[in-house]
Amino acid sequence: MRDSTLEQRRHHLALRFADHLAPEFILMNEEERRPYECDGLSAYRLLPLLVVLPGNIEEVQAVMRVCYEERVPVIARGAGTGLSGGALPREDAVLLGLSRLNRILALDPDNLCARVQPGVRNLAISEAARPYGLYYAPDPSSQIACTIGGNVAENAGGVHCLKYGLTVNNLLALEIVTVKGERLRIGGSGLDSPGYDLLALLTGSEGMLGIVLEVTVKLLPIPQRTQVALAAFDDVEQAGQAVADLIAEGILPAGLEMMDQASLRAAEDFVHAGYPTDAAAILLCEVDGDNDEVSEEIARVRRRLLESGASEVRTAHDEAERARFWAGRKAAFPAAGRISPDYYCMDGTIPRKHLARVLREIAALSEEYGLRAANVFHAGDGNLHPLILYDGNAPGELERAEEFGGKILELCVEVGGTITGEHGVGMEKINQMCAQFPPEELQLFHAIKAAFDPHGLLNPGKAIPTLNRCAEFGAIHVKAGDLRFPHLERF
Amino acid sequence: MTDDLTDVLREQVREAGHAGTALRIRGHDSKAFYGEPVDGKPLDLSAHRGIVDYEPTELVLTARAGTPLAEIEALLAEKGQVLAFEAPRFDGRGTLGGAVASGLAGPRRPWGGAPRDLILGVRLLDGRGQVLRVGGQVMKNVAGYDVSRLMAGSLGTLGVLLEISLKVLPAPIETRTLLLELLREAALARLRELARQPCPLSGACHLDGRLYLRLSGAHASVDAWAQRIGGEVPAPGNTFWEHLRDQRLDFFERPGQTLWRLSLAPATPRLACERDSLLDWAGAQRWVFTDHPAEAIREQVAAYDGHAEIFHRGEGETAPFQVLSPILVMLHRRIKERFDPAGILNPGRLGAVC
Ligand SMILES: Cc1cc2nc3c(=O)[nH]c(=O)nc-3n(C[C@H](O)[C@H](O)[C@H](O)COP(=O)(O)OP(=O)(O)OC[C@H]3O[C@@H](n4cnc5c(N)ncnc54)[C@H](O)[C@@H]3O)c2cc1C
Ligand SMILES: Cc1cc2nc3c(=O)[nH]c(=O)nc-3n(C[C@H](O)[C@H](O)[C@H](O)COP(=O)(O)OP(=O)(O)OC[C@H]3O[C@@H](n4cnc5c(N)ncnc54)[C@H](O)[C@@H]3O)c2cc1C
Repeated sequence: MRDSTLEQRRHHLALRFADHLAPEFILMNEEERRPYECDGLSAYRLLPLLVVLPGNIEEVQAVMRVCYEERVPVIARGAGTGLSGGALPREDAVLLGLSRLNRILALDPDNLCARVQPGVRNLAISEAARPYGLYYAPDPSSQIACTIGGNVAENAGGVHCLKYGLTVNNLLALEIVTVKGERLRIGGSGLDSPGYDLLALLTGSEGMLGIVLEVTVKLLPIPQRTQVALAAFDDVEQAGQAVADLIAEGILPAGLEMMDQASLRAAEDFVHAGYPTDAAAILLCEVDGDNDEVSEEIARVRRRLLESGASEVRTAHDEAERARFWAGRKAAFPAAGRISPDYYCMDGTIPRKHLARVLREIAALSEEYGLRAANVFHAGDGNLHPLILYDGNAPGELERAEEFGGKILELCVEVGGTITGEHGVGMEKINQMCAQFPPEELQLFHAIKAAFDPHGLLNPGKAIPTLNRCAEFGAIHVKAGDLRFPHLERF
Repeated sequence: MTDDLTDVLREQVREAGHAGTALRIRGHDSKAFYGEPVDGKPLDLSAHRGIVDYEPTELVLTARAGTPLAEIEALLAEKGQVLAFEAPRFDGRGTLGGAVASGLAGPRRPWGGAPRDLILGVRLLDGRGQVLRVGGQVMKNVAGYDVSRLMAGSLGTLGVLLEISLKVLPAPIETRTLLLELLREAALARLRELARQPCPLSGACHLDGRLYLRLSGAHASVDAWAQRIGGEVPAPGNTFWEHLRDQRLDFFERPGQTLWRLSLAPATPRLACERDSLLDWAGAQRWVFTDHPAEAIREQVAAYDGHAEIFHRGEGETAPFQVLSPILVMLHRRIKERFDPAGILNPGRLGAVC
């Protein structure tokens, strides 16, 4: 009996953990485990074997040692805002909740850095640094909730990464607990460290190489001033060209976001940002720096956008208006939630020059699957977030939405891009990994995994598909008899 | 000049793999002094060259590893763009592959990043002669482990880099150099103060009682900050930064002496070994000539969670790189084994483990 075996394992492990953790931090009952059954990708749910909530590194080490001895898989979890099922539990795995490790350990304004525990929320770092005139640059839209540990594990981005980089560009050091419960320090107080760049390898590794227990982040001076221009376009292609024109002009905006008509209308109805609802697309272009620099740059931006065919360019008159311009963009996901019972957020990156074509293809797929799609786009770095609108209660719609989403990701690969720009592969995009990587490269990933985790106990089954899985996935594709995207030219 | 020698190189690596012959991968050999010496058959990359793809509006450049940095920088300059990591060009030479493999960056590093920050993807030959493509040509990509960044600084011990895609950036509209007569402690204090303001710094170096600052950005902003900071503008301001970048300042001219490179938090106080030193990166990189023994230097640096390496090795000096912790050694071994099972790619260049 499988269930009784699981039940026995649960009790056995709970007893062993009780040597190290107070009972209230070992969650066994179903109703205690229920809140951990999914992350931000709520279509996938599973109850964990057991949840443990350690309060310090030593407790984490103890938990890891027990799990290693018992050969029980471990899945780390921060705030559970991940959008790819990275923190999705397994019924045979311990869920390691890191939310109690939420202290800022040191803030060093002289050296522009902060050392924090993994459960510290992204925004909390910038709040703590503000009195010193500093902030932490990567700002995922989920920043009030997501944790820095989760950000490291996903290499999270945000709307300002074109200028300020991703998580990986804003770290100095990590303290890792290995699968065996050993401590490992990576990086240091300076910018370079000896040996291979394991800091980069660990960043974005989705909890599969080690548990992040301390993070030293870089801090930057808060820009003196930030200004945003809102430009309306009658044509999506023209908006895409305007982005290229800005870059060609030598402008590196702090943020450069695009919304298509479906998403800007939904956002306008929701937060009344003042968007021009008859526009086919809008661009938000933010510049930051000191006062003089911003005045100089925003004038260049305005001129360039008008020359590129914007039907209208507005600059915010004050901070309140700037916040309003952004409110619409930041509310794009919940706004989609208002016009549809459910939505599914995709996350591909493409070379920007293919934007018009990719949006055309998405529209065609939307028609084919009978599901609406709204697009928001980190236009500066080519990271596309199509939102597929569906009704989970209508039979078959979720499956259709997933298939539609899968097609979009394969399209991104097809034009030379990638299946995930910032949300990670997790459980969600594991099949599309087969479309992006040939077997030799998947094998390389498995070998790296094995170097850190020889028994495959850390977040098993996520992020990197087995070759068997890819063979099956490929077989299904071939059986359906279609060459992928026969209507696209090959290159 | 453009040439794709992938097939030739693959054959050479395969043959070496079968015969167990060690290979010494080289571009222009401008950094041959750096790292442990490798005893192996030369594998010459300098003829594998050419810019494969460059689209200024995508901010992405892809080039073969043997392409001279000078060629890339000239092309970028035509479009008003730069390699923000300012790769050092020793003796005026250097290939893109060598720049990435050594991971070294010039004076703009704290603000503009290093190769590891700008690398988007690579095509490489592993030790079995397999061509692998990791990463891509887009700016945001979190599919799979970040193997391309792992190549930066690996000194050719994991693979022969064939082709590299990098993020490039617009060149600053205006750049100006300031010079302040300040003793070292006062200079560091001044830098700490500036670092916390949105000052458009792109270089900060202290040498012989002088603080050199470089400002890069919009005209108005550079003007305003130059006035606020004060200090005279030395005549050919840019030459200083070029010379610093390529180690052509008089400070570096000491043939036969050991040159140490310290990597530390910028505000770290002066260490005992630092009597004769140059501060770069606002204090985060320190070039040091000293007669302190290696162990003493490493100890002093470790006390501040930094690290020290020998950049130019003098007569009879010890190993250039710091010894890694046992767990790190194990991880390095396993990673090296996967990429290069026969141990033929630059064996020992990065230290005993790899
Ligand atoms: C509304 C909304 C907007 C979002 N916007 C963005 C955005 O703009 N940019 C962006 O990049 N993402 C965005 N996300 C996705 C998500 O917020 C990020 O991926 C975030 O980094 C996840 O952090 P978390 O703490 O919630 O991690 P979780 O979801 O708990 O975990 C994510 C992954 O990290 C692993 N993990 C967590 N903590 C650790 C640790 N300490 N050590 C090792 N592994 C660990 C987990 O196992 C899992 O694989 C958004 C999500 C939502 C819901
Ligand atoms: C309707 C309209 C049409 C325009 N058309 C054109 C055009 O066709 N071509 C063109 O070249 N320009 C045009 N401009 C002007 C140009 O675009 C302005 O540079 C732009 O409006 C910038 O506005 P701003 O709010 O950034 O003001 P700025 O001119 O940048 O700043 C105004 C003043 O306010 C101060 N200031 C503003 N915000 C802050 C802050 N947060 N902190 C400290 N100080 C601050 C600045 O010191 C400055 O002195 C137009 C402006 C408007 C409003």
